[in-house]
Amino acid sequence: MTPLAAYLLVAALLFAIGLAGALVRRNAILVLIGIELMLNSANLNFIAFWRYGPHPEALTGMMFAIFSIAVAAAEAAVGLGLVIAIYRHAQTTDLDKMNRMKG
Amino acid sequence: MQETISFAPRLAVSPIAEILWLIPAVPIVASGVIALFKRPRRKLAATLSIGSLVVSLLLSLVAFAHAVSGWLYGAAVRETVNFSWLHFGSSSVDLGWVLDPLSAIMLVMVSFVGLLIFIYSTGYMARDENYTRFFCFLSLFAGAMLGVVISNSILLLFMNWELVGLTSYLLIGFWYQKPSAAAAAKKAFLTTRIGDIFFLLGIVWLFAQTGTLLFYNHGLGSMEGWALAGLLSQHAALGLTAAGAIGLLIFAGAAGKSGQLPLHVWLPDAMEGPTPVSALIHAATMVAAGVYLIARVYPLMQAGALTGGTTTALTVVTWVGASTAVFAALIAVAQNDIKRILAYSTISQLGYMMAGLGLGGVAIGMFHLITHAFFKALLFMGAGSVIHGTHEEQDIRRMGGLKSDMPLTFITYAIGMLALCGFPLVFSGFWSKDGILEAAQHWSVAKAPFYMLVFGALLTAFYMTRQVSYVFFGYNRGHKTAHESRAAMTVPLAILAFFSIALGFIGTPAWPWFRAFLEGRDAPFDLHVFSEPGLLALMATSSVVVFLGLGLGWWLYGNETPKPEEPDALEKSVPWIWAVLRDKFYIDELYGVTVIAFYGWWARVADWFDRRVWGGAVAGVVWLFAIWARLNRFLDTTVVDGSFDKGCEELSTGGGLLSSVESGRVQTYLRILALAVVALAAILIWSGRP
Repeated sequence: MTPLAAYLLVAALLFAIGLAGALVRRNAILVLIGIELMLNSANLNFIAFWRYGPHPEALTGMMFAIFSIAVAAAEAAVGLGLVIAIYRHAQTTDLDKMNRMKG
Repeated sequence: MQETISFAPRLAVSPIAEILWLIPAVPIVASGVIALFKRPRRKLAATLSIGSLVVSLLLSLVAFAHAVSGWLYGAAVRETVNFSWLHFGSSSVDLGWVLDPLSAIMLVMVSFVGLLIFIYSTGYMARDENYTRFFCFLSLFAGAMLGVVISNSILLLFMNWELVGLTSYLLIGFWYQKPSAAAAAKKAFLTTRIGDIFFLLGIVWLFAQTGTLLFYNHGLGSMEGWALAGLLSQHAALGLTAAGAIGLLIFAGAAGKSGQLPLHVWLPDAMEGPTPVSALIHAATMVAAGVYLIARVYPLMQAGALTGGTTTALTVVTWVGASTAVFAALIAVAQNDIKRILAYSTISQLGYMMAGLGLGGVAIGMFHLITHAFFKALLFMGAGSVIHGTHEEQDIRRMGGLKSDMPLTFITYAIGMLALCGFPLVFSGFWSKDGILEAAQHWSVAKAPFYMLVFGALLTAFYMTRQVSYVFFGYNRGHKTAHESRAAMTVPLAILAFFSIALGFIGTPAWPWFRAFLEGRDAPFDLHVFSEPGLLALMATSSVVVFLGLGLGWWLYGNETPKPEEPDALEKSVPWIWAVLRDKFYIDELYGVTVIAFYGWWARVADWFDRRVWGGAVAGVVWLFAIWARLNRFLDTTVVDGSFDKGCEELSTGGGLLSSVESGRVQTYLRILALAVVALAAILIWSGRP
């Protein structure tokens, strides 16, 4: 197994864990954490592909990952803000109970 | 025979001719204003009507003075104002008015007599609840009649003519609650309509032949040489020229309006209207409109006559007029209703006028028209006064002895009666009737009209004496005491009585002012005409005839007037003649079994045809459409609606299914997203494989 494949496997595992968390947890904050996990698995992929790619001397992968982390931080802030707003409104963070926007 | 009249052509029109249209317009506007009142205002309506007619009278007098002054300066006035009403193609419908001696005299007569009758109406109708409506109609009538008089276009004349007929209908049926009045109004309208259809045909024919509707238009009108020559060269059926045939058609219209045989039946029934209406419309003015019409189209009637000769149209006019004169006078002998006697007398006198036109020309017929208008209006208003004074009694057998109860009415009525009889020398009727008799004596075609008219004069004197004896002499056979009428009624009577005498002196043979004025000639005062052979003899004859009639009447009725239940003096001696006369020669019955029965039968045929044939056809079409509609409904409900409903149902189900996906649970969405990504990845992997 090449090191790249091993990284990718770890990243895929991390993504699967994140997805499972986002899909099955009831708590909105834990769903948000699941999403962070999936994002970070993508960051891991960026770094791995950069390190074992054709131009490891250019810092493109690192830059991408740093951007992504910055965007993820912003996203987490917005997400948490939304969760707090919803909590204030509905006195719960249980996503199953927040189904008023159905067709 | 009448000489050809030479009228000086005048292109410049005087101011009075320019505003001549105001004379009819003012009363018509007054009538419109009265009609627009929200609530009946009696005083205001009467004031407006009378005021408007005063304006018309003043304008008429100015017009008359203008015509007289023009004549005194040697040229007969004939001023026309014409304008185009409509254009179609190369021809146009022209309207206009004319100021000439004929229209000027008629204007003064109509507005003056009309004014007196308006004033009289304020007294006569004082207690009528529809006083305002009465004056509205009366004003409209006066305006329309004045419109007939000034018209220079045969179409404008016809419009006013019909308007006059309409107001006549409205006023005869004024007391429409009475079935007899409503029926009389209908009868008058329909009978005159028969004449008017012929009149309209004549108008259309005249327009088609001459291309103009105007009477006078500086040589281009239909009554002027060029058009008449064209009409004479055209030949219609039965050896008539177009001029003669059109003349006869127009005469049919005039006969309808003027109650000539055989269209006289409406006029006696028209007495159902209020008495002022009888005086104004059915004695003085409207019925004279037919005579005036013939006078207006006289150049057409006379066209083609050689000097001293006559034309077919004028011969027909003469015979119809003379027959009517005698026929109606005979019926008048045996009537008992005070107004009906006067109605038949009017028909008879209209016959005289027509005969006068046919025999001697415009001036002779028109002179009788003018004098008759005054004394017949006087008689009718006197009769109205009598009816009023005796509490709505119209049967002369229930009157009597009124000469002491109603002295003013008696004196004026006697003057009118003597004028109508043609009492020698003093009264106007003598001179105007003598003019007609003189013309009849010299008629080249036949002598019979002369004898007929003389006999008619005898009858006139007779029936009027009978009436006056019944009404004013003897003792009161009614149930109530009579009273004299108020001043609003007696003053007009006195004025009319004055003119019934005075008017005679403008038309005596010694000073034929009237005739000269109409014909645009000098009027010499010359007593020597009486020395002409024949004239004095004629005057003597007619005087003798009048005295004979008066004496006969007085002998039969003067001394002892019979009681209402007793038969008439004449009935005792010759009952069968009396019965025929009393029942008006059974003319109404004759029309009942011929014309009216035919129309009834024809109406039934048409009704049957309508119901069975046309009704059946329509029902068939309806049935077809109903079937078609049923088919359409079936298609619509099952095919169109059904398929549409089905489609809607499917859409709704699909929508329901899709809406279940939108559960509102954010994780379900994420799940779908994840599955979609997995599916996408699977497709990519699968399709990327070689």
